[in-house]
Amino acid sequence: MQFNSFSDFINMGSYGFYVWLSYGAAAVILTFLLIKSKSGHLHTMKQIAKRKHREDKLREARELRKKQSHNKAETSTEQSSTQTSTVTSTPTNKALNEVTE
Amino acid sequence: MWKFLHPYANPETTYHFTNKLLPWLTALAALFLSIGLVWALLFAPADYQQGDSFRIFYVHVPAASLSMGIYVSMAIAALCSLVWQLKLADASAAAMAPVGAAFTAIALITGAAWGKPMWGTWWIWDARLTSELILLFLYLGVIALHNAFEDKNLAGKAAGILTLVGVINIPIIKYSVDWWNTLHQGSTVSKLGKPSMSLDMLWPFIFCFIGFALLAGVIICLRFRNEILARNSIRPWVRQLVEKQLA
Amino acid sequence: MTLKAQSQQMTEQPIDKANTDRVKQLSYRRAFMLVLKRDLTIAMRHKDDIINPLLFFVIIITLFPLGIGPEAQTLSRIAPGIIWVAALLATLLSLDRLFKSDHLDGSLEQMLLSPHPIFVLVLAKIFAHWLITGLPLILIAPLLAVLLHLDENSYTALLLTLLLGTPVLSLLGAVGVALTVGIKKGGVLLSLLVLPLYIPVLIFATSAIDTAALGLPYSGQLAIIAALFFGSLTLAPFAVGAAIKVSTN
Repeated sequence: MQFNSFSDFINMGSYGFYVWLSYGAAAVILTFLLIKSKSGHLHTMKQIAKRKHREDKLREARELRKKQSHNKAETSTEQSSTQTSTVTSTPTNKALNEVTE
Repeated sequence: MWKFLHPYANPETTYHFTNKLLPWLTALAALFLSIGLVWALLFAPADYQQGDSFRIFYVHVPAASLSMGIYVSMAIAALCSLVWQLKLADASAAAMAPVGAAFTAIALITGAAWGKPMWGTWWIWDARLTSELILLFLYLGVIALHNAFEDKNLAGKAAGILTLVGVINIPIIKYSVDWWNTLHQGSTVSKLGKPSMSLDMLWPFIFCFIGFALLAGVIICLRFRNEILARNSIRPWVRQLVEKQLA
Repeated sequence: MTLKAQSQQMTEQPIDKANTDRVKQLSYRRAFMLVLKRDLTIAMRHKDDIINPLLFFVIIITLFPLGIGPEAQTLSRIAPGIIWVAALLATLLSLDRLFKSDHLDGSLEQMLLSPHPIFVLVLAKIFAHWLITGLPLILIAPLLAVLLHLDENSYTALLLTLLLGTPVLSLLGAVGVALTVGIKKGGVLLSLLVLPLYIPVLIFATSAIDTAALGLPYSGQLAIIAALFFGSLTLAPFAVGAAIKVSTN
């Protein structure tokens, strides 16, 4: 141990200001960067989720419109809407996956 | 020989590998940094000429060498991405740029804080300080170019070219600044690093150096992870991962 | 486009090995001359593109005595630095037009598609840029040196450093422009990218002029600037080509 007391340690042989300025600046910059990089992970994920949500909504609207025009054309075919949506969503998902691969 | 690296060209594999690596790196960085910093601040002897202001050395020198080292790794990554079209190399270069800039800024600030008590002035147009400042400009240029493009892949390519142009220029700039400095400055600044350091000072320095390098590794891994996700945001595996994580 | 027509003409030549070799060799030079002529013609039609950077150069240099004071001694001491920094800024200002209009009207993409190596075409464009901006700077610099009371011994040094140094500025600047040409607000970014790369030229050029003022030989500095010139002449067009490929995507 090089210092006799805590105030000695803070004083750093009268160079305290400069030493603590350097260590403080390094600590602040690195901590800021570390926290920002760490929180960036969640941020990126949230953005991807948001984008996915938007795309899903768009696709649903498109399918709904398609179905409505389909229904107008031939009103005779009666199908539960929930069933068609689940049936049609899986192939489009697969198609999307293939496109993105 | 390089076959063991091939699976890591796949973003998904690398992402999970980075995730697994992170806790180990963090633990090691914390260990080395805490040992190194406590040793440097409390137990290392004061320099017989510079007194306790010498303790700035334990931050300044690692930051300065990392600032240059990270630029070189960035250039290697840029070269890999341009030659082998590795998208992940782009991502790693993008992850490294802000970390390198941060270390350059730290090296400059600690250099100024060390210069004030030793040379009597905050800033001196010393060759090393000047070239460090120019290095900071190069880093900021790369980061600005990254941010200027909407498309991350294009941004990576453009910044890669700039990094390579920069890395060719760095020795030239360094040489010219050294030369300019000896020409313009009558009195030479006394060299700070003594040729041989006592072991009492060397050991804490080694711990600090490894600690800072590991910390840089941790931050780069964190950013690298984000870059991989952002660049592969339309892939199904990313979608699934996001769903699982946010659920 | 003339270039395309020419390339078509080339492919229609009878296939004779010796003949094609000769045609190919000829066509490199012809492609270079074509692009050069085209760029110069365009520049001649927009004369303010030539005059404005030059005016900027002159105005910056007249601002310095107003800011610093009219003492001849101070001015002659800082004249090399002022002239060179002003030259850097004037070149920077004019760089934007190197690829911008070509990028907007699509002829940059045509250039990438043409059978000629991009190296030759890029080199022609950079040479045209230097003829339009660098050469007038060199011609007007002695006049400004008079205004700044530059030492009489330094005039040759000033002209020689400008002659060797301004092409380096155009070559390195072209890399920056090629990288930022696809970006909407690339102007400020360009200066951030390019100015650090200009530092060696600035250092050696001003030092050569200072040394000349003392009556000492300055061939060493001149040789280094020449080395920078040849280095960037061989390497920069490759970087520009790669950057254009990224920017036009």
